[in-house]
Amino acid sequence: MRLDCPICGSRDRREFYYQGDAVMLARPAVDAGADAWDRYLHLRDNPAGQTRDLWHHEAGCGAWLVVTRDTVTHAVSAVELASDVKGAMA
Amino acid sequence: MRIKGKGLIDRSDTVTFSFDGRSYDGFAGDTVASALLANDVTLMGRSFKYHRPRGVLTAGSEEPNALVTVGNGAATDPNVRATMQEVFDGLQVRSQNAWPSLDFDVMAVNNLVSPFLGAGFYYKTFMWPRKFWERVYEPVIRRAAGLGGLSGAHNPDSYERAFAFCDVLVIGAGPAGLMAALTAARGGADVILADEDALMGGRLNAETYQIEGKPGHVWAAEAVAELAGMDNVRLMSRTTVTGAYDQGTFGALEQVGHHHGRRGEGAPLECFWRIVAKHSILTAGALERPIAFQNNDRPGIMTAGAVRAYLNRWGVSPGKALTIFGNNDDAHRTARDLADAGVRIAAVIDSRTDVDIKGDFPVYRGAQVFNTAGGKELESISIRTISGVEKIQTDCLAMSGGWNPTVHLTCHMNGRPTWRPDIQAFVPTEAAIPGMVAAGACNGTFSTHGCLAEGAQVAGNVLEMLGKTVPDVALPQAEDAPYRMAPLWAVAGKGRAWLDFQNDVSVKDVKQAAVENFRSVEHMKRYTTQGMATDQGKNSNVGALAVLADATGRGIPETGTTTFRPPYSPVSIAAMGAGAQGAGFAPQRFTTSHSASVEAGAPMIEAGLWYRPSYFPKAGEKTWRQSCDREVGYVRNAVGVCDVSTLGKIDIQGPDAAALLDFVYTNMFSTLKVGRVRYGLMLREDGTVMDDGTCARLGDQHFVMTTTTAAAGAVMKHLEFVAQCLHPEWRVAMTSVTEQWAQFAVAGPKSRELLNGVLDAPIDNDSWPFMACGDTSVLGVKGRLFRISFSGEHAYEIAVPARYGESLFRELVARAQGLGGGAYGMEALNVLRIEKGFITHSEIHGRTTAFDVGMAGMISAKKDCIGKVMAGRPGLVAADRERLVGMKPVGAVKLLSAGAHIFEKDAEVVRETDQGYVTSVCFSPEVGTYIGLGFVKNGPERYGEVMRVVDHLRDLEVEVEICPPVFFDPEGGRARG
Amino acid sequence: MAELKARTACEDALPCEIGATQLVELDLGPITSVMVWGSEQDVSAAMKTAHGVSFPKPNRSNGTDATRCVWFGRNQAVLIGVAPDASLGEHAAVVDQSDAWSAVSLSGGTAEDALARLVPVDLRRAQFKRGHTVRTQVGHMMTSVTRTGPDSFMILVFRSMAVTLIHELKQAMQSVAARRA
Repeated sequence: MRLDCPICGSRDRREFYYQGDAVMLARPAVDAGADAWDRYLHLRDNPAGQTRDLWHHEAGCGAWLVVTRDTVTHAVSAVELASDVKGAMA
Repeated sequence: MRIKGKGLIDRSDTVTFSFDGRSYDGFAGDTVASALLANDVTLMGRSFKYHRPRGVLTAGSEEPNALVTVGNGAATDPNVRATMQEVFDGLQVRSQNAWPSLDFDVMAVNNLVSPFLGAGFYYKTFMWPRKFWERVYEPVIRRAAGLGGLSGAHNPDSYERAFAFCDVLVIGAGPAGLMAALTAARGGADVILADEDALMGGRLNAETYQIEGKPGHVWAAEAVAELAGMDNVRLMSRTTVTGAYDQGTFGALEQVGHHHGRRGEGAPLECFWRIVAKHSILTAGALERPIAFQNNDRPGIMTAGAVRAYLNRWGVSPGKALTIFGNNDDAHRTARDLADAGVRIAAVIDSRTDVDIKGDFPVYRGAQVFNTAGGKELESISIRTISGVEKIQTDCLAMSGGWNPTVHLTCHMNGRPTWRPDIQAFVPTEAAIPGMVAAGACNGTFSTHGCLAEGAQVAGNVLEMLGKTVPDVALPQAEDAPYRMAPLWAVAGKGRAWLDFQNDVSVKDVKQAAVENFRSVEHMKRYTTQGMATDQGKNSNVGALAVLADATGRGIPETGTTTFRPPYSPVSIAAMGAGAQGAGFAPQRFTTSHSASVEAGAPMIEAGLWYRPSYFPKAGEKTWRQSCDREVGYVRNAVGVCDVSTLGKIDIQGPDAAALLDFVYTNMFSTLKVGRVRYGLMLREDGTVMDDGTCARLGDQHFVMTTTTAAAGAVMKHLEFVAQCLHPEWRVAMTSVTEQWAQFAVAGPKSRELLNGVLDAPIDNDSWPFMACGDTSVLGVKGRLFRISFSGEHAYEIAVPARYGESLFRELVARAQGLGGGAYGMEALNVLRIEKGFITHSEIHGRTTAFDVGMAGMISAKKDCIGKVMAGRPGLVAADRERLVGMKPVGAVKLLSAGAHIFEKDAEVVRETDQGYVTSVCFSPEVGTYIGLGFVKNGPERYGEVMRVVDHLRDLEVEVEICPPVFFDPEGGRARG
Repeated sequence: MAELKARTACEDALPCEIGATQLVELDLGPITSVMVWGSEQDVSAAMKTAHGVSFPKPNRSNGTDATRCVWFGRNQAVLIGVAPDASLGEHAAVVDQSDAWSAVSLSGGTAEDALARLVPVDLRRAQFKRGHTVRTQVGHMMTSVTRTGPDSFMILVFRSMAVTLIHELKQAMQSVAARRA
């Protein structure tokens, strides 16, 4: 498996650390309530199809990435800098 | 029998090898199989289950029968295919799965009781009694039905891994592959051409085709020579592309050292390549199908293509009077080639009636071979013709049931092949692997012309996709005979007609599976073990599912195939793990004081990747405990020195550095004064403790965070996560400085006295109070000094650039010795911190909260922080949680062990009554007994209670008194003094 | 008064030569991490003024053997060979890393082949030209690899991993040399 790091280019999967669902970018407010925090921390979909997750280019540039990929075909359709994605959410 | 004037072997280079202890001659270019056949040896192995005598079926990597063991002693390789092993002088080959010998195999008795050993036999028979399975049945079955064995000795060979990159990976160097590689290379693409064979050319080396008026193998050699001369081409012979993976990644196994006798001279035996290709062209050719009929497995019966390969490539006739049995025109080539070479042909049998073949041999049209006779080699075949039954004397039968395109790699990403009725075979489904196209025989195109044309065509398409100009490549002229065939999978008959030669699966077994309702091809496979051997059914899967389709009244495409998975052919674990043996398993991290510690005799222990001294033994000390107690004494009474460079150190700078720290630590750091250090606790977002450590403020916008050794990497990642994913607007930068600084703890009542001997500007309690930090100068070198303590004593940590680390360590230790102290190791460090109730990852092990470790008060109410919300959940702050306590033995047994569980004094010791567990223990010289830290339900509320600690693993039961976790100087005066 | 003696990361273990490949330790002088938290443009301008090199684009290095600035990661570069000017600190974290990295040079006709055994990135000359750099792995270690010449590479790993780096490189060099023998 390879990921196209927006900074470094196409790299082997071994350089990356897998974190989990990109929902981690959307941290709830302190008073958002138990359900919101549950969704943020624990409640995950298990899609057969498109998914967005966070990867860390640990052995490369050190960037956190949001990877959009298909769990069925394994096709990777987008790799974005997490800082850009988060910046756009603001 | 060797045939004069035939073959691509080097007859001037005779090599001598042995098979089962007997010496044989062969020529350079021979395989073990071809050389044995040249010596009229046809019996090469015993079958897996019934121990039936077997010879070669094929001439390639799909060989199911002729598995042999090569080498001797520790350098032994089992299950080597005799058809792939090249011969060299001194090669030692042994047969497998036969005892006491290949000729007389005791386990062949299985063959006689075979009516009882059919499909599902194991499942039905060894079900009961259940406990017999592990102790009785499995060992017996394993002994009886084995392949080759490992030597049992350490593998002395070296293996290699490597990475390669290219525009175009061409898999298979037959006519289609060579043409594709030539086209792509001439068009300027960066090309890798890989082939499992030592000699590139594929079937061109095994056939008598002409290309451009010259023998096919000559054309192939010229094409290979042209490719070899191009800078943009890498030729990888003896390299099997074993798997296709995501995003254009391929695994490939290169045989580097199996074909010569120079093992163990530095060169690797095998190399496992990870090849990354923008595009790939599959030109893997096709595999010939056997036909199932009774006793079709005798030595001397092989595929028709294999007979041609032995004849044309190796100059060997596998028999003296050959017969040929086929359902297609291609089989006729075998007759023609044999006749041209002057080999006697006893008969040609074609299952079709409408057949055009002439020659100086009898031809039986519309006929079928239905049985064979012979012992360890073929003696005769029985055929059924329109006019009746006939017996023909023959010592070699060449059979062909048609050809199966080698679609395997196209299915490695869960793709399924497509059925093509006209050739009665599966072909690759387009785009099953992104970036891969198939051409030639593996795509169902069987004529030489068709292969060349398709190879050039797909390579041209790839060049266009790469944005390169397609060169004007003239297509070489070659035969374009149509491939005519009529399906024949199994000849009707009574006895056992073999499908899977390697796993001894017969037509009857497959039919039995259908009868017992294992109608799905995946169920049939598992019930019969069809295709589950090392050849993965390359020769038999399609035939077996044709039989299953027939038995279940479905068509072949509806029946479908089983799943093709990597690797295409077996890959040794050693090759996959290449580079990861011994020192290559993981990097070793050494502190600057490593040599000094080793010189002092300290046993080094692993702490993650780091190596740290356990203790520093002194002459006369008989146990580690004696050394440890002495070192603890250094720190409590004089001064000790310990290398703490392994702790993570993260430099944090920027206008928002303080904001980041406030957010990742539970407590406040924006209020920390410059020149001061504060202890900090870090949570995971789910409320559990992640790490702890100190953080020093060196400037208004400049901090240095310390992490535990274990969590250094994880904390760095976490900080980057916060900075990039949660607060990209913060202007802050983190740099790991763990490696820059060599840092030593100098701890004990005489620590300041020691330091003032090396610091260029002496310090006192006013200039450097408890928790002060700042720049310093030590023996003329700029460094940093922190007054922090992990021992409860008056202590410092002093840091210098790593190049001076060793020198400073030696200096500090020497001076400490002058003051009645010395170096201390991990054991003493652990005792010192347990006595003080300081936590490590033994306590913050991923399931404990700030509340559990008694630090709930450290979660600041004034701000948000990572983990704050979740840490406040009722369940995480419930009084009856297992909470940190100390403990001391109070009964007869004075020993404690970490990992033991804690129960009420008189309770039954069962899971339900479990009250907690012990995390850290040590012998405390200060307290005079063993002491421990652990977690107990309602912990702090139970101080004074006597409980029972039970360790079933070490057979230990101890009565303890629960107490506060701080055993020594609870007021903390010594650190401040 | 005692004096502290400096020791390099690979002392005693290098240089070595195996087959057509040489491995030597590099003395790079000061190594400074420059990690931008403000404007990269301003940092680059300051660097250009003070040291004559600009902040490099990803996967590239600028400058000469005497003063080189090597891209080192997201928002990060290392300035090599010269002590950093204070002006760099106005928009970036400027951190001394002179002792944090073991630096070696691998050179010779088969240097590329040896690295292909350890580094999962295409380092062949046609793709990876002089001045190109990558952050990647050498074996299991995080590394920075820069091409410094037609047949030479500068390789950095954590100082504490010098022994493993030398072990891995030597093994790869031996393997490549033995194949050619």
